[in-house]
Amino acid sequence: MVRTETGLIVRAPLTDLPIVLDAVSLAAGATKILDQITLTIRAGGPTLIVGPNGSGKTSLLRLCMGLVSPSAGSISWGGRIDRTPVRRAIVFQRPVMLRRSAAANVAYALARAGVPRHARAARVAELLDRVGLADLSERPARRLSGGEQQRLALARALARDPEILLLDESTANLDPAATRSVEQIVLSAAQSGIKIVMASHDLGQVRRLAGDVVFMLRGTVREQARTKDFLDHPSTPEAAGFLRGDLVI
Amino acid sequence: MSNELSALQLIMTGDPALLAIVELSLAVSLCALVLATLIGMPLGAMLALVQFPGRNVLVVLLNALMGLPPVVVGLAVYLLLSRSGPLGSFGLLFTPTAMVIAQTIIIIPIIAAPTRQTIEDLWHEYRDELTAMDVGPIGRMLTLLWDARVSLFTAGLAGFGRAAAEVGAVMIVGGNIEGFTRTMTTAVVLETSKGNLHLAMGLGVILVAIVIAINAAVWTTRAWSEQRPG
Repeated sequence: MVRTETGLIVRAPLTDLPIVLDAVSLAAGATKILDQITLTIRAGGPTLIVGPNGSGKTSLLRLCMGLVSPSAGSISWGGRIDRTPVRRAIVFQRPVMLRRSAAANVAYALARAGVPRHARAARVAELLDRVGLADLSERPARRLSGGEQQRLALARALARDPEILLLDESTANLDPAATRSVEQIVLSAAQSGIKIVMASHDLGQVRRLAGDVVFMLRGTVREQARTKDFLDHPSTPEAAGFLRGDLVI
Repeated sequence: MSNELSALQLIMTGDPALLAIVELSLAVSLCALVLATLIGMPLGAMLALVQFPGRNVLVVLLNALMGLPPVVVGLAVYLLLSRSGPLGSFGLLFTPTAMVIAQTIIIIPIIAAPTRQTIEDLWHEYRDELTAMDVGPIGRMLTLLWDARVSLFTAGLAGFGRAAAEVGAVMIVGGNIEGFTRTMTTAVVLETSKGNLHLAMGLGVILVAIVIAINAAVWTTRAWSEQRPG
């Protein structure tokens, strides 16, 4: 964590990359949610996790964040197996807004990330501006629209100064305008060097954002490829069917 | 009708003895509320968030204690504080302090039980988000208590209402000493038994007015929180 401008002591930068999943399975009772996933997420352009509903995208993100431990297999972040989210942040599909103002939500995340009190106000303003919510800073967060809540959740995630930003279907319930503003924030985060890992079932979004694609089906990873290769020459019939718009389940 | 009129006259003229009784009642119940909140809310939150053996038993017990009969608490505190009791040397029996202690014990469960339920429900909603922000156990508790503040305010008012309306415990540990430990409820009991119905009725009217005011406050808080879910 290097954060000199806030007066923190500079520590040797820890990295959470690459995220390495080795034969990871996740079960809830008798149901296998994820089955034998072996996957490496490296630094670079955005990775989009695509697949139909119920294919395990959300569970994979929760594993990558360290919110759940695998039932079998192992997962490591930059070679460490400690699950504490040091430089990772996540935006859930339905983010929980704390019952306070938009600005206070961001300030809360900054406090948890160890930003000292005197440096917070300026960072809050900067982050709200970055996600286009500067005018709504004093609005109670729960009264924001769905798109505004997603952007506030993004600001909160960026407050952690993450190296990896995980996003779960962040635009699933948004109209095109709100989707565009979320995608612009995500792209600018990617350009500033943050590794984006985003679940989506929107192929247009894959085209617009992805550096590479992880295709999931029924709890397994079927393909991991560069976006262009995946879109033009999918190597499995299921992926080809998904791309054609067949109802792959 | 003349009884009620006399009672109202007593209120209107600001009878000093009556005011002292009202003042003591509110002071005792308010002190009990503050203490019970400081103990009951962290206790409820802890029960909601910390897993340990016997937790379910404690939760059931806490819920059951919401119906704790005040006279039983009064008796227990009486035995503790009486001259020959374990805490007898403090000489607290028949003082307002003893009344505060008894009322605090009575309303701790009334505050802690709904706090536990509220915090547990909120935790299910917040768990992933707070874990992702790496919030520690104390931080979780404080965050959830703050975000549940509107519901918890209601729990606090319920506790205050219970304390203000309670008669059995303050009668036993306070002794209903005139000008010292006489509260509205104990005075109503005494004046009624003496046949002094004017004063009893006056006190009853004030007590009911306070209960109504408390309920109005609860209702207003709810309405306000529904309008402003921030």
